[in-house]
Amino acid sequence: MKPKHQRFLLIGVALLGIGVSTFLILTAFRENLVFFYTPSDLTQKKIHATQRIRIGGLVKPHSVQQTGEKIYFEITDHKIILKVSYDGLLPDLFREGQGIVAEGYLRQPDHFQAETVLAKHDENYMPPEVAERLKEEGLWHNAR
Amino acid sequence: MKYHLAQPSFFLKITRPLLPASGFLMTIFFIAGLYTSLVTSPPDYLQGDGMRIMYVHVPASWMALFVYGFLALMSFFSLVWRHPLAEVLAISAAPIGALFTALSLITGSLWGKPMWGTYWVWDARLTSVLILLFLYGGYWALYKSYTRPDQGLRAASILALVGVINLPIIKGSVEWWNTLHQPASLTKLSGPSIHVSMLTPLLLMAGAYFFYFLTVLILRACKELKTRKLMILESMK
Repeated sequence: MKPKHQRFLLIGVALLGIGVSTFLILTAFRENLVFFYTPSDLTQKKIHATQRIRIGGLVKPHSVQQTGEKIYFEITDHKIILKVSYDGLLPDLFREGQGIVAEGYLRQPDHFQAETVLAKHDENYMPPEVAERLKEEGLWHNAR
Repeated sequence: MKYHLAQPSFFLKITRPLLPASGFLMTIFFIAGLYTSLVTSPPDYLQGDGMRIMYVHVPASWMALFVYGFLALMSFFSLVWRHPLAEVLAISAAPIGALFTALSLITGSLWGKPMWGTYWVWDARLTSVLILLFLYGGYWALYKSYTRPDQGLRAASILALVGVINLPIIKGSVEWWNTLHQPASLTKLSGPSIHVSMLTPLLLMAGAYFFYFLTVLILRACKELKTRKLMILESMK
């Protein structure tokens, strides 16, 4: 075997090893790599009321209420609904039906006290007229 | 491998007409891309004009990954075949890739503040792209930290190859894990979810970035080849 073939083989085997080990590490740490839990994830987990976590879901339409400084809304993953209370400034993209990620504490199994709220943008980009037309034609949900 | 096609002298010969052509295409693409993205592109239904940051951000991210792939391939060639042209191309590409990565991170952060409500979060996508920037930085630091450039280059090439594992992680991060960053708009199975009036400027800008990379790569590689030639001549005195 020529030296260059040896090097080729050596590098190939080393890369394969790195690939397999990275895959194993990522699989093992899957739990810790998620940025947020969905409301359904929470039902299968024991989360203490003092543990700071992030949850993500869609803001349930017609659920946003504001009383003074405090904002109440519900988020859902189309399976389970979770009440969220928040006291602070909302990002511009926050609206009903929008995906959001909230960081805070799960005070009760069905009540989340948020300290920060981030809006999660989806991957759709379109001009306002197109969005209007999709809504008129009732195709809005097919578009997302 | 056809060795005569990869000879440095052949490279210098073919890049002489290639360089102005690439520079010309870069200019055309930049003018068309900037015009369509700033003037003719409509604002987004939700993000308004802030969406235009995407035209700078998305192509920069693509190129950051593409240049890293190129760097790794050249590192592989230079490790296995010890080919001088591959070495020169790897060294020339690395800083350009780092520039694209930094541009992607900065513009993404500026977009994140008004849209998400934060400049930075430690989600899988953002973190893996930051690691990519560190890989570019580490490559350059290793290359420069030996007194003999060929030793430094070998160490740096190994790092570049190890870092390849980060590329599928960056691409897959938004699909495999919950992230704040949105999933891909263009490479979806159901077709791109981006309106054609916004897709055109995006692709034009991507073309501009690509020819920018090609132009600067040729310039840097020719300079590097000539520097090496000079050093050999110096040592023969």
